[in-house]
Amino acid sequence: MTRTRWSWKAALGLLFTAVMLFPVYWMVNVSLTRTSDLRRDPPHWFPWNPTLDGYANVLQEQLPALATSLVVGFGCVVLTLLIAAPAGYALALLRLRGAGTLNFLLLVAQMIPAVVMGMGFYAIYVRLGALNTLGGLIVADTTIAVPFAVLLFTAFMSGIPKELLQAATMDGAGTWRTFWSIVLPVSRNSVLTVSLFAFLWAWSDFIFASTLNRNGDHVPITLGIYRYIGNNTTEWNSIMATAVVASIPAALLLVVAQRYVAAGVTAGAVKD
Amino acid sequence: MPSTPVALGTAGGEAGAAGVEPAAPPPPRRRRVRSTQWAAIAFAAPLIAYLLLFYAYPLYRNIDLSLHDYTIRAFVQGNAEFVGFDVYAQVLGSGDFPRALLNTALFTFVSIAFQYTIGLGLAVFFRKHFPLSELLRALFLVPWLLPLIVSASTWAWMLASDNGIVNSVLGAFGVGQINWLTSPQWALVSVIIANIWLGIPFNLVILYAGLQNIPGETYEAASLDGATAWQQFRHITLPLLRPVSAITVLLGLVYTLKVVDVIWIMTTGGPGNVSTTLAVWSYREAFGTGRPDFSPAAAVGNLLILLALVLGFVYLWTQRRQERS
Repeated sequence: MTRTRWSWKAALGLLFTAVMLFPVYWMVNVSLTRTSDLRRDPPHWFPWNPTLDGYANVLQEQLPALATSLVVGFGCVVLTLLIAAPAGYALALLRLRGAGTLNFLLLVAQMIPAVVMGMGFYAIYVRLGALNTLGGLIVADTTIAVPFAVLLFTAFMSGIPKELLQAATMDGAGTWRTFWSIVLPVSRNSVLTVSLFAFLWAWSDFIFASTLNRNGDHVPITLGIYRYIGNNTTEWNSIMATAVVASIPAALLLVVAQRYVAAGVTAGAVKD
Repeated sequence: MPSTPVALGTAGGEAGAAGVEPAAPPPPRRRRVRSTQWAAIAFAAPLIAYLLLFYAYPLYRNIDLSLHDYTIRAFVQGNAEFVGFDVYAQVLGSGDFPRALLNTALFTFVSIAFQYTIGLGLAVFFRKHFPLSELLRALFLVPWLLPLIVSASTWAWMLASDNGIVNSVLGAFGVGQINWLTSPQWALVSVIIANIWLGIPFNLVILYAGLQNIPGETYEAASLDGATAWQQFRHITLPLLRPVSAITVLLGLVYTLKVVDVIWIMTTGGPGNVSTTLAVWSYREAFGTGRPDFSPAAAVGNLLILLALVLGFVYLWTQRRQERS
């Protein structure tokens, strides 16, 4: 009785997942379709004569963009951690005065649309000559992750047992030692979660890339895809092949760090 | 405030008369509190500097943009004429404004209604473990992790008029060709469909976590009392899930108001203005045409922030009232 209901549920679950992931399948399917078959009506449901032409184009044209995105992604991770981890420590464990105000400002910061930030950064970067630079894009991209990261660190670090910190103080550790050799190692999971999100958000950013780095030599992969859409509307297999390649980090991270993804999403929700 | 001199006094006293036992313990604690406060400030300093430099300053520049009449030349030279709220008056008075506001409202509320309902349905579905449930639930995260431009261009291709898969499937059921992205009555629907798809994983994950926190005994007790599955859902799941639901909807709201990428890539806000939201409008004025018009773009952007803040506060206010009653 229970058995049959289980397999019935599993079948339904498979069906739901298949429907949900259909666009992802379709992206892969189109990326393998020959250009001559792209305009077929009705389209082939699976690649009959698969071709890797689209992927060859990606390798020829988009490798520098992929490298740029990697650099920007890792840059964002480092900068976000440098700012957010100490701040989380101060907010959660050091009884910072004005912590409430700071928390409130972080909540408000999350409500500010990237378009608006993009314009502000553009206006500043024009004068500074920071348009089309990697550093400028990294700084702008971190504004997506930093408020979230601080709130996540604060939430996590508040849960560290006080005895652990008291023991460190008894042993004569100062605030810095306590942070570096106790709080940070204990918070390893939240460091991983924050890194994951900072990287993914920077990797998939389109708005800052298209406003701040549109004309430079260092164009991230999202802009690479966008240019394909503009110039190359017939070569949808190349566009979709680029899309597949651009999705690889997300896929990898999902497999490797699935736990942290769910933890990160819910951490955003636990905090009031 | 008054404690500071006292602390100083005792600290001095301690140095002078080390032999006085009872007076000794309080000073170190006081001093530690104060030095901890300095340490706290030191640890928070990078964040405070960051917020000032990379949030406050760009926002200030943005307000400045909206209060001046910036042409491209004035933009580079920095000598635009101050016009006060003229640009806002212009934006609010323009024929595009009501349409953009309506589109923003439709895009946001319809997206969230469906994302939430479907997300909740799936969360309830996945609550009981069954073979493969963990794996399938993980796979549901995929759409949310993909770069938006990837999902948006995939949807654009699926919804293509002549040879998109959606029309092809509908055609098999005898539905005639629908110009999803290029016809005035379907463009907004198309971007909403794609956005719903994008938001389901997020709703699923949060609501699923919320369900995990409802004790199983509550359901057991209810089924002993003979409550049907629907009654359990109505009288246990929904009420106990309310705080989590509220935060899910708020985060969805704040997030959906800001969406540019999906709409821009699928329809660029067109045809005409039919799928232009406030965020897309702002983006188009500043960066979407060859001729940037920063002042109105900044004004629209600031109105959008205002809208997000108002909704945020309304939410917080209702939360507080609910908690009190």
